[in-house]
Amino acid sequence: MTTVFIPAVLRPNVGGAKSLELDGSSIRAVVDALVEQHPSLGGQLLTEDGDLNRFVNVYVNGQDVRYLEGLETKVSASDEVRLLPAMAGG
Amino acid sequence: MPKSYADLLKEARSQIREVSPQEVDSLAPGAAVVVDVREASEWEQGYLPGASHVSKSYIEQQIEGVAPDRSAQVILYCAGGVRSLFAAQTLTDMGYTDVASMSGGFQAWKSAGLPFETPVVLSAEQKQRYSRHLLIPEVGSAGQAKLLGSRALLIGAGGLGSPAALYLAAAGVGTIGLVDFDVVDVSNLQRQIIHTTDRVGERKVESARRSINALNPEVKVVEHEEMLVASNVERIIAGYDVILDGTDTFETRYILNDAAVAAGIPVVHASVFRFEGQLTTFVPYEGPCYRCLYPTPPPPELAPGCSVAGVLGVVPGILGLLQANEGLKVLLGIGNTLSGRLLLFDALETEFTELKLRRDPECPVCSDAAVAAREAGHPITVDSVGNDVPFAMTMSGLAGVVSPEARA
Repeated sequence: MTTVFIPAVLRPNVGGAKSLELDGSSIRAVVDALVEQHPSLGGQLLTEDGDLNRFVNVYVNGQDVRYLEGLETKVSASDEVRLLPAMAGG
Repeated sequence: MPKSYADLLKEARSQIREVSPQEVDSLAPGAAVVVDVREASEWEQGYLPGASHVSKSYIEQQIEGVAPDRSAQVILYCAGGVRSLFAAQTLTDMGYTDVASMSGGFQAWKSAGLPFETPVVLSAEQKQRYSRHLLIPEVGSAGQAKLLGSRALLIGAGGLGSPAALYLAAAGVGTIGLVDFDVVDVSNLQRQIIHTTDRVGERKVESARRSINALNPEVKVVEHEEMLVASNVERIIAGYDVILDGTDTFETRYILNDAAVAAGIPVVHASVFRFEGQLTTFVPYEGPCYRCLYPTPPPPELAPGCSVAGVLGVVPGILGLLQANEGLKVLLGIGNTLSGRLLLFDALETEFTELKLRRDPECPVCSDAAVAAREAGHPITVDSVGNDVPFAMTMSGLAGVVSPEARA
């Protein structure tokens, strides 16, 4: 199980959870599992073509997956995945 | 048997190697530790470039601070070349193996027409006000003088801008520009501590100026009472050394980013949402810019501002102070900024998390291709929030001198 940290702005979509344990050997599999459990996240995380929206960054152990292998980046049980949307508040 | 001054001087001359000002001048930078042993009042009149100051009366106590390596070449000088001879004897006694005294001292140096530097002399009032800064070697009077001559621009005199402006003012940043077109609302006061209850309805830039000058009358406050937009951003940011971004709209953040990258001005970025905050420092071309981090803005429903989503008042307080800390380091040229790192703060858990940021080689604003396109007069047009205003490459800011590597 990979730990996925949910940012505050998306917590209403997952019943308020700060993090979730999800199965999957790649970011794509983990995100698919997340969206399957919480379908309302689908439109917020993914484009119509199934790619990550460019305003949501995904980090594995502090590294942006855009500079790893994107959705195909491999993850294992001990990895920490963090979803990070831009925030504007000042 | 008692010795006269002449005896002592003769003895010192026989023991200590003397070097001429010309020889000292011809040394490669870093080849020797040059120490001025005169009194502080003499040092303030001018000193050799690169010299450290340890007055003769403190030489035993303080020399190890400037010359920790006893085998390093140490050259001492005073006004005429006598005090430095006696001080050099002391260092020899302490085990320094390569000590010399500059013959003729600072007077001979000046008469030879060699270059010297004059420290900025703070007034007695400034020495008192900034005494806790002056005690820190990394700041000192040179650093304080740098702050007094610095210009910081704050976008937004709100939740983030309030603590940042007050602390930058307290630190003696000489010029603080404030961009805000709003007036003080009673609902601001839960976090915007630069404003006060009796100023509800007053222009925020005016209210902030009054608080800043009440804290430090020496700070010059420049009021930019307008909304930052593509058509005025270049004019507003011109001449500032660092920018603290504390706005609450994506559009302003992107416009500011694009113009600041073109102008080469570092931007300390912070944003807040309820119990959370994000902070980083964008140093143009040394690290990523805002568009490298977030290439496009989210749809409005995914990114509510504080007025819609709410925010715990201390969160912008904490993030705003971290912005001020980043700003001071940029201005002083000390330490390491958050360039290339995104710091997340979670107030509910009291947790800081750091993520690594990278420059996007395809960035439409800060990539090599984008710079080349802008220089050629055909800037890459960006998008949805953005703007199609081609910001001119003025590169007048501190970019290039912020990282320790660049300053070395």
